Amino acid sequence: MELVIIAAAIMLGLGALGAAIGMGLLGGRLLEGTARQPELAPMLQGKMFLLAGLIDAVPIIGVGIAMYLIFVVAPGVGA
Amino acid sequence: MATETEGGFDTTAYIQHHLQNLTFGKLPAGYERTGEDGHHEVLEHDTWTMAHGSEEAAAMGFTAIHVDSLAWSFGLGIVFCLLFGGVARKASSGIPAGLQNFVEIIVGFVDNNVRDMFHGRNPLVAPLALTIFVWVFLMNLMDLVPVDLVPEIMLLFGVEYQKIVPSTDPNVTLGMALGVFILMIFYSIKVKGVVAFAKELSCQPFAPPTKGPAILLAPVLIAVNLFMEIVGLLAKPFSLGLRLFGNMYAGEMIFILISVMYMAGWVFGLFGGFLQIGWAIFHILVITLQAFIFMVLTVVYLSMAHEDH
Repeated sequence: MELVIIAAAIMLGLGALGAAIGMGLLGGRLLEGTARQPELAPMLQGKMFLLAGLIDAVPIIGVGIAMYLIFVVAPGVGA
Repeated sequence: MATETEGGFDTTAYIQHHLQNLTFGKLPAGYERTGEDGHHEVLEHDTWTMAHGSEEAAAMGFTAIHVDSLAWSFGLGIVFCLLFGGVARKASSGIPAGLQNFVEIIVGFVDNNVRDMFHGRNPLVAPLALTIFVWVFLMNLMDLVPVDLVPEIMLLFGVEYQKIVPSTDPNVTLGMALGVFILMIFYSIKVKGVVAFAKELSCQPFAPPTKGPAILLAPVLIAVNLFMEIVGLLAKPFSLGLRLFGNMYAGEMIFILISVMYMAGWVFGLFGGFLQIGWAIFHILVITLQAFIFMVLTVVYLSMAHEDH
C-alpha cells in the first residue's frame, strides 16, 4: 500500500510543479501585456482564464487519478 | 489502516460509497453474491440487476449502465431544452425582462465566442456550442448540492447508490468528447474530401519527397507523419473528456473529504462547514470555466476541421 501512496504523491507533485510554472509564465505575460496596453486588459484576462484551464488539464487529470489511488485503490491493496 | 473514528464511523467505506455509481448490468451465471447479512447466493443464470457494491459493478463488465449518470444528464438536458425553448417561443422584441434577459445574455455570449473562433460556414456549430456550454454547466452545477442530500433521500426509496454529478462519470465526459470527435472527422471529410484529409494526416509535418532518389524515403516519412498526426488527433477528444472529468472528480472528492469532517465532533464539524462554503465558492469558478473551455475547444476543433485551404 505504501508504494501506491508514493505513486499518487509523485503524480500530484510533478503535476503541481508543471502547472505552477506554466501559470506563472502565463500570468507574467498577462501583466506585461496589460502594462503595455491597458485597454486590452479585459480581453487578455478572458483569454488568460481559458489558457489557465488548458494548462491545468493534465495536472488535474493527475489529481483525479491520484485521489482515486489514495482513497479507493490504496485501502484495497495490502495494508 | 485504521478506518474507524470515535463512534465506529468508517471513513473509507463512506468515501467509497459516495464514489460508486448506481450500476445496472448483467452478473454472469455462477457469480457468487454476498448479501448484507452475509448470506451467499450463487447465481444460476445471468441476472440483470443493480450492483450491490463495487466488486459486483466491476464483474458486470462492459455492458453495465450507470443509471444515475444517465438519468441526471438526460434530466438536465430536458431542463435546458424546456427552459431555453420555452423562452424562445415566448420571446418578445421589446426590452427583455428577467428570464428572457438571462437567456439572451447566454446566447449572445456563445454567439460572440463562436463568431470569433469559427471560420467556416455551418449552421450546426453555434447551437452545438450553446448546448454544450449550458448542458455541461448544468451538470457541473450539481456538484454544489450537498454531498449527502440526494443520496440520503434516494436511500429512503431504496436506491443504494447515487452520484448526482454526471460529469464526474468518465463515461459521460468521454461520451460527449467522442461525439465531438465524430463530428470533427465527419466535417473534415465532408469539407476537405477523403484524399485531402488523408494527405493532411500523412504529409505533415515532414513532406515526403516525390521526385528523385529520395522517393525511397517517402514511405518512412509517411509512416512517421501518420503516427504523429494520429496521436495528435486522438489526443483531442481524450484530453477534452478527461479534462472535464478530472476537474469535476477532484472537486467532488474534496467535497466528500470535507464532509467526512462532520463525523469528528462539532468543532471539526463547524470548521468543515466553513471549508465547504469556501470550497463551493471557489468551485463556482471551476464549474463555469470548465464548461466554457469544453465549448471553446469544441468550436476550435470544428473550425480546424472546416479549414479549407
